[in-house]
Amino acid sequence: MENRLEVENLSHAYPERRALDDVSFSVPCGEIFGLLGPNGSGKTTLFKILSTLMPITSGTARILGYNLATEVRIIRDFLGVVFQHPGLDGKLTIVENLRHHGHLYGLSGKILHNRISELLECFGVSDRAKERVEILSGGLQRRVEIAKALLHSPRVLLLDEPTSGLDITARQQLNDYLGMLAQMENILVLMTTHLLEDAETCDQVGILDAGRLVALGEPDELKAEVGGDVILIESTDSDTLGAAITEQFGVSTVLTDNGLRLECERGHEFVRDVVAAFPDEIQSVRFGKPTLADVFIKLTGNPLV
Amino acid sequence: MSSVLLPITTIWWREIIRFYRQRSRIFSAIAQPLVFWLLIGSGLSASFQPAGASDEIGYIVYFYPGIVVLVLLFTSIFATISVVNDRREGFLQGILVAPVSRWQIVLAQALGGTTLALGQGMLLLLLSPTIGIRFGVTSLLLSVGVMALLAFGLTNLGLLIAWRMDSTQGFHAIMNLLLIPIWLLSGAFFPSTGVPGWLAWTMKFNPLTYGLAAFRHSLYLDTTTKAFAEGAPWALSLLITSLFCVLTYVGATFTASAQAN
Repeated sequence: MENRLEVENLSHAYPERRALDDVSFSVPCGEIFGLLGPNGSGKTTLFKILSTLMPITSGTARILGYNLATEVRIIRDFLGVVFQHPGLDGKLTIVENLRHHGHLYGLSGKILHNRISELLECFGVSDRAKERVEILSGGLQRRVEIAKALLHSPRVLLLDEPTSGLDITARQQLNDYLGMLAQMENILVLMTTHLLEDAETCDQVGILDAGRLVALGEPDELKAEVGGDVILIESTDSDTLGAAITEQFGVSTVLTDNGLRLECERGHEFVRDVVAAFPDEIQSVRFGKPTLADVFIKLTGNPLV
Repeated sequence: MSSVLLPITTIWWREIIRFYRQRSRIFSAIAQPLVFWLLIGSGLSASFQPAGASDEIGYIVYFYPGIVVLVLLFTSIFATISVVNDRREGFLQGILVAPVSRWQIVLAQALGGTTLALGQGMLLLLLSPTIGIRFGVTSLLLSVGVMALLAFGLTNLGLLIAWRMDSTQGFHAIMNLLLIPIWLLSGAFFPSTGVPGWLAWTMKFNPLTYGLAAFRHSLYLDTTTKAFAEGAPWALSLLITSLFCVLTYVGATFTASAQAN
């Protein structure tokens, strides 16, 4: 049980509200764990506790076998943390920021120099190493930020909303990189996110709502629990079509930005029947499995913001 | 370098580099006291004589140590604003989750502010012969030592407050409420002789009074201006100033440890 992050019955209350309520989960090394939840769900509180910024008040957490309540100093040695707020000093250059970080972790001299070069290369920022961070683009700063967190070769990497502010390409790159990192280096990655696209790429997802962990498992598993299929229909007159479908097939439809959305069992048969019934009204039909958003709606009754 | 010193030096170094790369900070820190000194000092010297001063020594000689202390006060305390900014952004969080003790972080920050303040204080000290203030080598060395102590204590005072603040506005408000009075009531502006009783007592309980006295004693050690080394005795002022350093440092470390996030 050494190579895991284990959280048991973790609760945390602020004077005005309960932020975490009996949260338990376990993540092995080499996996990416995604904490999904809307703002105010307790993600940030959990993140602060795991990153050693906030003390545990109730429950236990062990990281690679070390107790978070009593062995913080050891845990900090192998913990890499990327905060949501920028953690780089804009007045320093990329290299200076990384060197500063390395010194905090006791790295110096040739070892530090080589490690910095290695990471600059890996993140494709070697040619800008001597530029001040304040003039870099947001996406580039984010990359340096992650390079910084990896500088001391952490075995556990915690990231708070790492993809916020990144465009789709950069987000995908980051998710791919994290996946590679977890697999190749056997690093345990835990990230919080409110984006489904991020959560989908995780090995395991925990869904937080109002401080409670309402779902825990692989994304596919969770989606399978919702059951059925999701169908999106585009039409020139969605209102009329929606009413007609409800009348004829007895399923309720919801009008969304992407068209009419409905859920039903045996979706492939439904698609065949609905296209046959309204050949002129339907422009396009998309047939898919439920997403994590559907899981969230089913479990909490609220949409994931 | 040992694992204890390395984090301290790197945090200290960052404070210095940051200052160096913000030219406006350098400019204002030097220009403000100089303007103060020239305008008020020369203006008042004609009409104002502190009690017990002989005629040939102008107010500017009396005022000079106060100006140096003002530079130390402003530079060291405002250097700690970076803590407020760092707390709001992610930089300080990055340091807090690193395997570095709180006492190391606070010591490094305090030394950063001390270095900056000391540098500017020494710059002002170098200019002093131009206005007729003379002192020997012993005086110079002693003065620099006292300035370092004072700057360290004042930076820690700033840290004590900065570690609790979420906004720089709040920090400025508290500082204005606190800084100007402790400077005015330290004997920098007027001596405690001849002021109303309650004011004299307030000045007695102001730690900066002793810092300033220690500085005056060391600066005017061997010249005819010795008359200006008024206030608390040499040993007592040095003792209280050192105590001030220890207490503010312990206080700042304690505050930093309590404010985890």
